[in-house]
Amino acid sequence: MRHSQNNIKTLQRYYHDMLLIRRFEEKVLSFFDVSNKNKIFGTTHVYIGQEAVAVGVCSKLRQNDFITSTHRGHGHFLAKGGDPARIMAELFGKVTGYSKGKGGTQHMGDLSIGHLGSNGITGGGLPIATGAGFSIQYQKQDQVVVCFFGDGAANEGMFHESLNMAAIWSLPIIFICENNLYAMSTPIKNSFSVPDIATRACAYGIEGVIVDGMCVLDVAAKTEAAVEKARGGGGPTLLECKTYRFLGHSKNDLCAYRTREEESEWRKKDPLVQMETCLHHEGMSLQEFTAISNEVNQTIEDAVRFADDSPWPSSQELFTDLYC
Amino acid sequence: MKNVFYLKAIQEALIEEIERDPSVFLMGEDIGEYGGCFGVTRGMLKTFGSKRVVDLPMSETSFMGMAVGAAITGLRPIVEIMFMDFITLSSDAIINHAIKLRYIFGGGVKVPLVIRAPSGAGKRYGSSHSQSLESLFMNFPGLKIVAPSTPADAKGLLKSAIRDDNPVLFIENKGLYWTKGNIPESECLIPIGVANIRREGCDVTIATYSRMVDLALEAAQDLATEGIHVEVLDLRSLAPLDTDTLFNSVSKTGRLVTLEEGYLPTGVGAELSSLVVEHLFSRLKSPIYRIACEAVPIPYSPVLEDLAIPSKDKVIATIKKSCNFQSNTIYVRNKWNHQEHRMDI
Ligand SMILES: Cc1ncc(C[n+]2csc(CCOP(=O)(O)OP(=O)(O)O)c2C)c(N)n1
Ligand SMILES: [Mg+2]
Repeated sequence: MRHSQNNIKTLQRYYHDMLLIRRFEEKVLSFFDVSNKNKIFGTTHVYIGQEAVAVGVCSKLRQNDFITSTHRGHGHFLAKGGDPARIMAELFGKVTGYSKGKGGTQHMGDLSIGHLGSNGITGGGLPIATGAGFSIQYQKQDQVVVCFFGDGAANEGMFHESLNMAAIWSLPIIFICENNLYAMSTPIKNSFSVPDIATRACAYGIEGVIVDGMCVLDVAAKTEAAVEKARGGGGPTLLECKTYRFLGHSKNDLCAYRTREEESEWRKKDPLVQMETCLHHEGMSLQEFTAISNEVNQTIEDAVRFADDSPWPSSQELFTDLYC
Repeated sequence: MKNVFYLKAIQEALIEEIERDPSVFLMGEDIGEYGGCFGVTRGMLKTFGSKRVVDLPMSETSFMGMAVGAAITGLRPIVEIMFMDFITLSSDAIINHAIKLRYIFGGGVKVPLVIRAPSGAGKRYGSSHSQSLESLFMNFPGLKIVAPSTPADAKGLLKSAIRDDNPVLFIENKGLYWTKGNIPESECLIPIGVANIRREGCDVTIATYSRMVDLALEAAQDLATEGIHVEVLDLRSLAPLDTDTLFNSVSKTGRLVTLEEGYLPTGVGAELSSLVVEHLFSRLKSPIYRIACEAVPIPYSPVLEDLAIPSKDKVIATIKKSCNFQSNTIYVRNKWNHQEHRMDI
């Protein structure tokens, strides 16, 4: 399949955005290393392997459309147009971060680009997305809400209650389940009685769609259809993106609960490699690849410098922002 | 005696009780092969199998209700809440069911349920993974709450909790898991509802529990060199409270400082303070001061988190304030910027 010139620009955009997430996350992990002076604290859940989902989905959204995110949220934030420098600064605990350093990885968002927050409580985003959908409908706006959540979250009561409410009022929501086969160490085969989470949609009378979450084009195409439907008043859709996190659940996880064979099978479907191959077929030159790679590296270097140079929050910040 | 980690002491209690009583079993997220988020149940699936070590889907609301159902029909579930913060999702089953059933059945049912909840801040996990919510649960009659500070207490109190026929909330602070202490080789149950004087002193009582006991002991050590003798009272149980030990200590010292890791408003300290004022008003030589997590969501940035949670400096300053109290001076805290200033009256 050959793409038009216009399409190649789109493909390059996808590639750039996915590469940005990949490199950003690699950088984040490097800052947990003692040799790197522990610039990031606590823990973090990186998005490596799942980049096609955030990028494919967000490519079909307008800036004022909403998303709710998860504990694994850096990819969603970047794909929705978040500033890598301010995300990095937040992870560094600096006052220039999106939450002035008060939130950290699982607790940040930016209303100005429709990001309603990452979330430390698994499944917590589902009812919030439902409320945002309700609010859009109430105010007769034409925005949509994308709700990102994992397979683990799909077993929370909030999943069932939210899908039901979204369905009965035909709210403009696209529920994006990123099924990466595990909730921490728990494999889906131990926690689901059905092979496909998408089939649960029928219990609420909404459409459930299975998506190749390693292929940004499949994600984008199926999201586009669901967004169109939601914007047109057709109500919610559940998209199940089959994907895989290449690394551990959080920074210390050695993945003893899964096999190296399984990991390497999924590595073969690396969304970045797929896009590289695709662009290669389209005749993209080595120089063009290098240019994108350099641009991404520069963005990340700038982000780190910004975070590094930023001041810590002052002690007065402890009590600000509690009330309006 | 043997010297073990707090985490290991908890594991020993679990193992011994599972072996002792076939109705005891564990429930929790990722507690099987993974061994629990902090490794408390590591290896137990292998030893006891999936009947006794039950991995759960992420369904906190219903699995706690399920534990209640199992407890009233002959089993003794021990539920692990991965981080105490997530107990809010399970709270209906606890607050509206587990702790009320016996009473509303006129005594016709038992609910032998243990809830293990890792609490505590200081690890830069941010606002949803750092809270100590025990005082919230002290508001509800019918629940027992224990919060041990040492490996020996952890083991002994967990065993008592498992054998208790009532619901017990067992608080294990994340910051204590890798601290060591001596525990007896032979079985040693610690009764629920009995506090422990960890250090004797005549000038001021500091009442605390869980991870904050170490902070109190360190402060007491420092203050001793300045001639201030602090009595460190480790409450161990928050419900029921050992008021006898508390009142005896405060009537001796005449001063009380409370120290906890949870939020200040209506915290453990508020309850202790109220009890002491009601019963020992005439013995008090100074106001009761509370040290707790500042009344803000626990921030991520290290510089802010360290300011939010109690520190040794804060403990020392507060104890001195208590000892130096003069009846014509009051300290007033500004409602908005939380700065404290002296007011002479
Ligand atoms: C209510 C709640 N329960 C448990 C956790 C601990 N926890 C954080 S992420 C996670 C697994 C989530 O799995 P999934 O939804 O599939 O997302 P993934 O990590 O695979 O991206 C768990 C158990 C939590 N943060 N919140
Ligand atoms: Mg998952």
